[in-house]
Amino acid sequence: MAETKELSQVKGEKPAVPGKDVRVHPNPEPAGKRPLDVPTGTPTVIVDDLHIVYRVYGAASDAEKGNAVNALTRLLKRQGRPQMKEVHAVKGVTFVAYHGDAIGIVGRNGSGKSTLLRAIAGLLPPHKGAVYTDGQPSLLGVNAALMRELTGERNIVLGCYAMGMTPAEVKEKYQEIVDFSGIDEFVQLPMSTYSSGMGARLRFAISSAKTHDVLLIDEALATGDREFRKKSEQRIREIRESAGTVFLVAHDLKVIEETCNRVIWLHKGKIRMDGDPKEVIAAYNKG
Amino acid sequence: MSQPESAVADAQAGGRSGQEPLAKLAKRYGLRRAIARPRFPVYLRQLWERRHFILTYATSRNVSKYSSSALGQLWQVLTPLLNAAIYFVMFGVILGGQKDITNYPAFLLTGMFIFTYTQRTVTAGAKSVSSNMSLIRALHFPRASLPLAYTIQELQQLAISMGVLLVLVVATQEWPTWFWLMIPVVLLLQTMFNIGAGLVIARLGATTRDLNQLLPFITRTWLYASGVFFSIQDKVVKSAELPQWVANVMYLNPAASYIEWMREILVGTYRTEFGHHPPTMVWVSCVFWAVFALGFGFWYFWRAEERYGRG
Repeated sequence: MAETKELSQVKGEKPAVPGKDVRVHPNPEPAGKRPLDVPTGTPTVIVDDLHIVYRVYGAASDAEKGNAVNALTRLLKRQGRPQMKEVHAVKGVTFVAYHGDAIGIVGRNGSGKSTLLRAIAGLLPPHKGAVYTDGQPSLLGVNAALMRELTGERNIVLGCYAMGMTPAEVKEKYQEIVDFSGIDEFVQLPMSTYSSGMGARLRFAISSAKTHDVLLIDEALATGDREFRKKSEQRIREIRESAGTVFLVAHDLKVIEETCNRVIWLHKGKIRMDGDPKEVIAAYNKG
Repeated sequence: MSQPESAVADAQAGGRSGQEPLAKLAKRYGLRRAIARPRFPVYLRQLWERRHFILTYATSRNVSKYSSSALGQLWQVLTPLLNAAIYFVMFGVILGGQKDITNYPAFLLTGMFIFTYTQRTVTAGAKSVSSNMSLIRALHFPRASLPLAYTIQELQQLAISMGVLLVLVVATQEWPTWFWLMIPVVLLLQTMFNIGAGLVIARLGATTRDLNQLLPFITRTWLYASGVFFSIQDKVVKSAELPQWVANVMYLNPAASYIEWMREILVGTYRTEFGHHPPTMVWVSCVFWAVFALGFGFWYFWRAEERYGRG
């Protein structure tokens, strides 16, 4: 592994220069050890110099905060709206993922992990660059489609349809979801009456009911009590075995080290390190 | 070991297998762009495949909307009734709209209920994409599902308010006639127009946040221009003595056209008294707006399909 520890530490001190790639590989090794050239592996996800910029509204800073007069002056001076901020969340990420890869993504809060996943899933449009995928990658997460005021029953149906199931599939999976979530008779009650653990269990049960080619898992798995956690870890393992490629974002490094064969360390929207889980995680813990 | 950060760096470094550009590698293995916009016919088919989601989403929204109130679903009937009462007192009794038009209640209620359907769809459509950003950023589905679901939600509401309207119209001694068979046709055309208008406004609302602030003024202007409280022919030509073409142009406004046609169907006295404006024109306008809005709406919304996630 060409990357030296000192280098990554030095880089850690540098402020990120927007729009300018800081390359960390003065002497890159020809690929050979990485899953890149594993003979059986065909690429399933190619991320090519990906930049993601998204807009945030209502994020005015104190200096910009203002009243109607200020807003009018700004309009007259033809300045942009201050409430709108552009966040450059992913700045030129490139990698190739292969069939059978389980890739962990680590990084601090706000390093662009979730954004990267969403871009791979094709949910966020790239500002520059491209993501190429085999089949339709899907995020394990249906939360946004569910409605708190509705019963668990209705939410299961709604969530399944939102993930693109047919009525027959919904019928088939319904009981399985109820059983797996273990919420029993609460399924007749609105989700707003659930405890947070029960809600999380139901959400996980719904979103993991579908099979995927490329699966993207974004945190929030460590919910529920111990028994459910075990159950869900088992479920994830099953999903991983049936899926071609899995991406996993987690703050729990142990989970990543156990389940992944490759780890990408994102730092301020760029890849800091990419390779063997043990080495990357060791460097991540130091840096 | 670190991974090159861009294809250029990759090529310079000579790192990856044979320096093949990633785009080519992707092509060789048959990978496709994650966010490519499907062709238009494919898009429509995908939308059709999502019909269950659209319907369930619309119904769920309707159910959850009233779930926190004590009277619950009863509000779906109460809201149009209360509205009708207010309009009648305001425009019929206080402003004296009753004088010029026989059976003013039926005239007013028909106009109000028909207009409300379009107005509510447009208002809801404007928010359909921008208020569902988290859903768009989490799951895959043709984005047109959202404005469609919002229109269907309003259609479900309309089914109830239409029932209320028919009861009220009969209460003003307008007995059902064979003309009533045309009611579904008019509503179908209006729904087609509403879907199209909802799609257009959804795309506009996704990028232009200020639209939500502006929309109440636009719809109110539209309300007054559509002759909900008065007869356009009477006010424009007879009272204001403007040329006939001004009235004709006003009748071409889609909302006015649907209102006019529905009044012709429901209000017998209106049919006989106001037979002087060209009904063919209204009829043609209704069909034109339905077909044009529906086609253009889907096309226009589809054009930005891959950009809705950005906000």
